[in-house]
Amino acid sequence: MIRTTLPNGLLVLLKEIHTAPLISSWVWYRVGSRDEAPGLSGISHWVEHMQFKGTPRFPAEVLDKAIARVGGVWNAFTYLDWTTYFETMPADKIDLALQLEADRMVNSIFDPQEVFSERTVIISEREGSENQPLFLLGEAIQKTAFRAHPYQHEVIGNLADLQSISREDLYNHYRSYYVPNNAVLAVAGDFETAVMFEAISAAFAPIQAGEMPPRIDIEEPPPVGEQSLTVEGPGETCYIQIAYRAPTAAETDFDHLTAVDSLLAGPSNLNMFSAGLSNKTSRLYQALVEKELAVAIHGSLGTTIDPYLYTFTITVHPSRKPEEVLAAFDDEVSRLHETTASPAEIERAIKQAQALFAYGSENITNQAFWLGHAEMFASYTWFENYLARLSELTPAGLRTTAQTYLQPQNRVVGVYQPTGEGS
Amino acid sequence: MNRGQPLATSIRDSLPGPDDISRDVLPNGIVVLSRANFNSPSVVVSGYVTAGSLFDPEPKLGLAFFTALGLLRGTGQRDFQQIYNQLESVGASLSFNTGAHTAGFSGRCLRVDLPLLMGILCDVLRQPAFPENQVERLRAQLLTGLAIRAQNTADMASLTFDEMIFANHPYSLPEDGWPDTVRATTRDDLADFHRKAYGPRGMVISLVGAVDPRQAVKLVMDLFGNWSNPAQEEVPELPPLQPLKKTATRRVTIPGKAQADLVVGVSGLSRRDPDYIPASLGNSILGQFGMMGRIGDVVREKSGLAYYAYSTLNAGIGPGSWEISAGVNPANVDKAIKLIRTEITRFVERGVTDEELADSQANFIGRLPLSLESNAGVAGALLNMERFELGLDYYRRYPDFIHAVTPDAVLETARKYLQAKKLAIAIAGP
Repeated sequence: MIRTTLPNGLLVLLKEIHTAPLISSWVWYRVGSRDEAPGLSGISHWVEHMQFKGTPRFPAEVLDKAIARVGGVWNAFTYLDWTTYFETMPADKIDLALQLEADRMVNSIFDPQEVFSERTVIISEREGSENQPLFLLGEAIQKTAFRAHPYQHEVIGNLADLQSISREDLYNHYRSYYVPNNAVLAVAGDFETAVMFEAISAAFAPIQAGEMPPRIDIEEPPPVGEQSLTVEGPGETCYIQIAYRAPTAAETDFDHLTAVDSLLAGPSNLNMFSAGLSNKTSRLYQALVEKELAVAIHGSLGTTIDPYLYTFTITVHPSRKPEEVLAAFDDEVSRLHETTASPAEIERAIKQAQALFAYGSENITNQAFWLGHAEMFASYTWFENYLARLSELTPAGLRTTAQTYLQPQNRVVGVYQPTGEGS
Repeated sequence: MNRGQPLATSIRDSLPGPDDISRDVLPNGIVVLSRANFNSPSVVVSGYVTAGSLFDPEPKLGLAFFTALGLLRGTGQRDFQQIYNQLESVGASLSFNTGAHTAGFSGRCLRVDLPLLMGILCDVLRQPAFPENQVERLRAQLLTGLAIRAQNTADMASLTFDEMIFANHPYSLPEDGWPDTVRATTRDDLADFHRKAYGPRGMVISLVGAVDPRQAVKLVMDLFGNWSNPAQEEVPELPPLQPLKKTATRRVTIPGKAQADLVVGVSGLSRRDPDYIPASLGNSILGQFGMMGRIGDVVREKSGLAYYAYSTLNAGIGPGSWEISAGVNPANVDKAIKLIRTEITRFVERGVTDEELADSQANFIGRLPLSLESNAGVAGALLNMERFELGLDYYRRYPDFIHAVTPDAVLETARKYLQAKKLAIAIAGP
């Protein structure tokens, strides 16, 4: 593995893997929904869409066909803290990916006509999400959980902003953040490092460094007490989300909370491109699903730069009330506060993480994903040392972390109350 | 004309073939497929038994699905807690699903845990206990799943579409049943279903990853070699399908939703049909290639009507479907349907260009290494070869099959199946 920086500031990480004739290349930009000023929510994600609309050298249809013709796949994702673009290609075709990523770092057109038609595509993407009760609930929780920090809005953006963002807004956002010194290039797969580095230098080194874009730096004040909300919508199924303010991914407490999550709700799936493990022996499954208070439970702890949310999602049993479920949930959390977990439980969490790492290693796209992703909130060593850090956790440390973070005054409880229409 | 580059010999040789796939048939009929991959520290185990939803009596629709999911709820040897404690403690997984013809299983574990995973698989397939309390818990979960399905515009459009194209045929029925039929199914129904539908005849199992194929066969032989079920029934025959005589539209109203989903298409062909490959290439051009082919170009890129709009060719044992799906604002439903119908008409009237075909041919061949990268990908490929009698050399010969297709062949299959005046149109939305 090598990690180096080009003179223009582009951070490059390379990892040779020779198990399949494939290479996966990811370009990461340090820009996401957290970088959006009021009125511009959703702009980072929209810029990501526009990056598929072409440059003078690679018009949209040409790009798209060129990748597909060689059997490659490409896509992009926008999150709270970052935006990323990847291509996974037959090994001998990777140069195309490098060329196009270098090109669209600076030369995307943002044709006004394309901006016009993409506006309704993105609104349609948002409407598709609005069909899902958990999107509606999650959006309400985010808004309630953050009073000041831009983590308060969904990545997709508010409808009003999607209707008013202009071509100039989009282009400015693109030009401000898409500079090599604000980007990371991570490539993993079937190559020789020296040869790959040369190809990367040829493609990316000519790009001029830009001014380092400012990141919005707003510290979210501490929570002022437990908050509750209800979202009403169609259907017959009731959901509860319980979202605690969480530590940042780089903090030691985050590792403890990862293990807490494993005990409470089952191991987090670290693999971007394959399914995780079942969680039927986790404490909350046992307390809620086996006791017929809920039909499903899962936990989600995001890796973020600033403190975000550790969220539990519970699908309530059709014959139960959300209050009963919440009471049983709180009993389990209290148990974690009052009784130290056994070392065997932590060992089990480690073994599960080891297995998930082994499964993830089969997939080159997943390997390249982690190479860059970890740099967005820490560094690649965060990923490399993940298992080692887990093995150092202690039962007492877990208990203290649970006592610190899993407190009612640190959370928002949201209930999706179905109105029964259409049932 | 560019027909795409030939596949490099080294890549062709890395694809599964007769020299690195082992295929054994046990005396009781179980087919064991295996391919070693010692680059990986883990093993994928997947396969199927002939216990699909074709056996479902209509008043108890969903029985095959309920039974398959019930297998993991406890056995004569292990209760629910023990099964999952053993699996989850070592980071292994095992799950079941069903189709019309088969009940499938899929599991994964680290190399050292393979005997454990196989032991549990054997136990749940051969002696499930269907404990009363677990069956009730599972029932509540299934009913919740159906309540969620009833609110899902894409699921309901798809279900309605199947009812239209497969009218009076078992493929029209949802494998997960209806709330009433799931409520009507008893614990004893599951046990009876297991007795009559589960058995070694027709079972296929594939093990791929860090396991020697000889060891794989021995493991299956030791666990399943003495399995017999004289009561195992033959899978019911499929009745003939009556295709639609003219275009029909059906709407499902789901109040309060922001978006409508629509499915437009026809019943299609079986995976074993010689037309499958030309139809599949045609489908790629119509609504897959790159950003979802011509359909994506017209509905998403040019009109901005949808975030997703694509076509799918579903092909299995019996007749399949050829369908176009999109999610659109309720105000744009008619506009989107019109655009889709225009594209279908253009497709069956004018066919595809040499260049379009060459692009999709190159894509089909070029993507093989990626689709076969993981153990799960290879295991899926082995099961396909067996299920559809493609032959163990299928992936090695695949580039030849693809290159043999001409624009005329694509046009001919398109005209045969995609009848523009006999479409089913299903819409679910507010």
